[in-house]
Amino acid sequence: MRQDERPDPDALLREVEALEGKRDRGRLKVFLGASAGVGKTYAMLAEAREQRERGVDVLAGLVETHGRKETMALAEGIEVLPLREVEYRGVQLTEFDLDGALARKPQLILVDELAHTNAPESRHPKRWQDIEELLFACIDVYTTVNVQHLESLNDVVAQVTGVMVRETVPDAFIDRADEIEVVDIPPEELRQRLREGKVYLPERIEHALEGFFSTGNLIALRELALRRAADRVDAQMQSYRAQSGQVGTWTARPRLIVCIAPNRLASRVVRSAGRIAAATHAEMIALYVESDRQTGRPAEDHERARTALRLAVSLGMETVTLSAHDIVGEVIRYAEKRGANLILVGKPIRARWREVLFGSVVDELVRRSGDIDVHVITGQPDKSARRNRVEVPEGASIKTYLWTIGVVVLATGVCELMRGRFAAPNIVMIYLLGVATVASRFGPREAILAAIASVLTFDFEFVAPRRSFGVSDTQYFVTFAVMLGVALLISSMTLRIRRQARLSSERERRTAALYELSKELSRRRGKIEIAEAAAKEIRAVFEGDAVVLLPREESLRVIVPSRDGFEKDPKEHAAADWVMEHGEQAGNGTETLPTSVALYLPLQGETSTLGVVAFRSAKPEPMAPDQRYLLETFVNGLALAIERANLAREFHEARIQVESEKIRSALLSSISHDLRTPLTSIAGAASSLQAGIGDAHELVDTIYQESMRLNVQVQNLLDMTRLQSGDVEINLDWQSVEELVGSALRRSAVLLGTREIDVKIPEDLPLLQVDAGLVERVFVNLFENVAAHTPPDSPLQIWADVLTDTVRVAVADRGPGLPKGAEARVFERFFGRGGKEAGGFGLGLTIARAVMKLHDGRIWAKNRDDGPGAVFYVEFPKPTNPPQVPSG
Amino acid sequence: MDKRTKILVIDDEVAIRRFLRASLDPAVFELEEAGDGQTGIRLTATENPSVLLLDLGLPDMDGLDVVKTLREWSQVPIIVLSARGRERDKVAALDAGADDYLTKPFGIGELMARIRVAVRHTRSEADPPDPTFEAKNLRVDILHRRVYSFGAEVHLTPTEYKLLLQLVRHAGKVLTHRYLLTEVWGAAYADENHYLRVYMGQLRHKLEANPAQPQLIVNEAGVGYRLEID
Repeated sequence: MRQDERPDPDALLREVEALEGKRDRGRLKVFLGASAGVGKTYAMLAEAREQRERGVDVLAGLVETHGRKETMALAEGIEVLPLREVEYRGVQLTEFDLDGALARKPQLILVDELAHTNAPESRHPKRWQDIEELLFACIDVYTTVNVQHLESLNDVVAQVTGVMVRETVPDAFIDRADEIEVVDIPPEELRQRLREGKVYLPERIEHALEGFFSTGNLIALRELALRRAADRVDAQMQSYRAQSGQVGTWTARPRLIVCIAPNRLASRVVRSAGRIAAATHAEMIALYVESDRQTGRPAEDHERARTALRLAVSLGMETVTLSAHDIVGEVIRYAEKRGANLILVGKPIRARWREVLFGSVVDELVRRSGDIDVHVITGQPDKSARRNRVEVPEGASIKTYLWTIGVVVLATGVCELMRGRFAAPNIVMIYLLGVATVASRFGPREAILAAIASVLTFDFEFVAPRRSFGVSDTQYFVTFAVMLGVALLISSMTLRIRRQARLSSERERRTAALYELSKELSRRRGKIEIAEAAAKEIRAVFEGDAVVLLPREESLRVIVPSRDGFEKDPKEHAAADWVMEHGEQAGNGTETLPTSVALYLPLQGETSTLGVVAFRSAKPEPMAPDQRYLLETFVNGLALAIERANLAREFHEARIQVESEKIRSALLSSISHDLRTPLTSIAGAASSLQAGIGDAHELVDTIYQESMRLNVQVQNLLDMTRLQSGDVEINLDWQSVEELVGSALRRSAVLLGTREIDVKIPEDLPLLQVDAGLVERVFVNLFENVAAHTPPDSPLQIWADVLTDTVRVAVADRGPGLPKGAEARVFERFFGRGGKEAGGFGLGLTIARAVMKLHDGRIWAKNRDDGPGAVFYVEFPKPTNPPQVPSG
Repeated sequence: MDKRTKILVIDDEVAIRRFLRASLDPAVFELEEAGDGQTGIRLTATENPSVLLLDLGLPDMDGLDVVKTLREWSQVPIIVLSARGRERDKVAALDAGADDYLTKPFGIGELMARIRVAVRHTRSEADPPDPTFEAKNLRVDILHRRVYSFGAEVHLTPTEYKLLLQLVRHAGKVLTHRYLLTEVWGAAYADENHYLRVYMGQLRHKLEANPAQPQLIVNEAGVGYRLEID
């Protein structure tokens, strides 16, 4: 089997995505240096000048020249973007103007100091996020950064130099850079430049040379920078091989899982794992298993786990959170499922005795991991983060200790009554009952206290020598040990049961809330209804206010407003827009726009962001992690419901489309059939004439008749289209029915042939205010209908009557009449009278009906009462204001 | 001198021109063709045709503008060709000075009738008007203001007579509502179309055998009236 030689399809897909992803993004070039003063800004400017000479539109967004002369000289001639002035607590700060840069939209922008932390009130807390946005806007960016600012190297640098760097940049961001240039000079040269005052102002030089810029530090930093760049070159090589399908050295990318424990080492373990992953080009999954075993932990531990997970994301790892009682079992199951080669876990930090008593996750993991390797990562707790928590078991207070003492006193009282009548072991039993009661009611501390107090009291009161602690018999040590053991056992069991109960009630509450939400959402149909229901549920479950924003015609609109209207603030709306555009969380409690009053969560659909939910907590402190998690779940539920509504609508529209396609194709086939029939006769007759065969007169007559028919049909189609599209100009004028019937008969003369025509129109019939052309069409169509469906020699009768409110005209024939039940259907499109073979689209009567409707009149048909034949009635409203005509 | 009637057709449809070429007897008619308005106007000036057939939908300019341009210097009879449903365009062309119209598709019989009418009217303008007019069952003694139908004298009101006289003078030609109203009642009544409905009805009842199926005074819906002569 040579399967390993085949490029991994996943990797190829990623390559394609990387290539495609880059086209709609700006290109990022990072100038990486070991420390300040190596000449990053200089290198950046030098390259920018070259670009500018090549005709690239270059803008200096922010360039820190630190007053260095050569650098300043280099920057000359490059357009400079004015800095943004920010006032913060009375201090004037200047910041890079992100919006100015986006508005100016150069081809290439220079932004120094990638790791910079922005002034409060800025859109993003970090400059790299600003740059992310520039890249998003398809602007190429040159930027500079020192190696100690890389997230994954942060603690290494701290170890080496003893200086903790607070401003960090996620490795994933650097890894996405299209190009990294290492700006490198030997450490001694750097120190020389420092001495010459080329890096810092003279007064700070001495301090710097002894501190951060010691030769040792510089060597270490330089090595880090070079190694980092080398890693990247390696990765690019791998990526190239993957693309070009080179065989031989291809190996599957290893997959590592790092387990996050909810403790103070979590972030450190993730960072180490990140370095291992980068060095081995492994795919990294950060796994956190929530367990009831952890419910007793303080909230800050959970927050630590969440922080570690966020860090994992910023290091480019996939993060997974699972929930189980058996942590180790779950980790191994998951690792097997994902085919991981290696599990990384932090070294245990608990006291040794606890490990002996309760066992350790690490030991268990190593024992049960089977084929999968387990690496234990050293984790020395940060000195600054010394454990400062005071363990206060749940419910512990003076009151419970008093209760404990009370129980022991009560037991002693009972034992006092039993004295002399019962043997000592029975008396111990009473105490044991007391201890058990305390252990089951309160925490382990109370239980231990009860055990000690019980043994002491028992010893003091009931064991000879009485009223002394002298123990003559060692067997009472056993009594003590058993009592203590029972106390601890029961209390730990009670604790666990209680924790489980709380966890399950919490889960119960969550499930109930989610059930309620999904029940509410499934009952709704429209997007707005769904959004309203979700906002109501969010308000009911969380303490705060919710707003739902959905996109409408290119912009985000508030669909469900808040009670106090906080979302109307342009700043808040900008946050919502940002979330919509980027599909990531923002606002209060996040890294982006943290000064917003509300938290903005994207409604993430399968392929795009469907909208934004804003949540403004009623409480000033940030949301508890589990609450936020629940809120995220709610928002995901809403996203699903909205996506479902979208799909339902799309499905509905697609069905309508299909239906109208069907109608259209039916129409087309009908039209082509009905147009082709006369055309066939015409072409046939014409070709006979050409060949000189047949009765010439007969053939010519056919051609003429059929072309008239064709003309009628084309006219009908045109009229129908116009009437349906509402593109009809109605030209109302006073018209005489006699005149219109007359001109319609003239127009239909060829079709009606030799039919006997009888017209009876009373002389006093009022003029009607109608459109002459359209009403003439009604009559022409009725006559054509008669011509098509009755024998050529059958008579046609037309008469008119004035009724109370209407003027009615009848067109009657002596043909076969209408099929039973077809009286109404003859006016339907394509129905025709007597089926298709009779010719015509059946459009004529449909047009007649549409015209009558335009005139507030009506048209209907029935079979004649006086013998065979059909009669069609058209009825107009009687005019209320007939015009005056002078006589004479 | 060539006694043939010279006809200029201005139409971009090759098929229509081909049909006319094939149908018009070369012994009687001389056919000139123009594919667009500009060429048509130029040929009208150089060739001096007797009748002009003008399609209203031309590639280079509006047919109505061709009528207006020609009427600035030419009295050549213009017969407008147009599709049904474009009654407004026809009326506009007629009011701008066109003499008659034909709805596409038309038969050669209709076309010949229109051409005949147009040519006759050109000629009669030079001659003094006939004292009597006869068509079908109608006879009008213009000199004595008497009207006969099927040989019997018919009494007409003054307005009815004025109206009939307009139709007689332009026999065979379509007359627009506006033209008739202006000529009979005056320019102030140019939009009172219902006058015509009533008076035309009255005339038909007095002159036609079957007023609902008129043979003489026919209505061209949306355009005007015509006195049929053939």
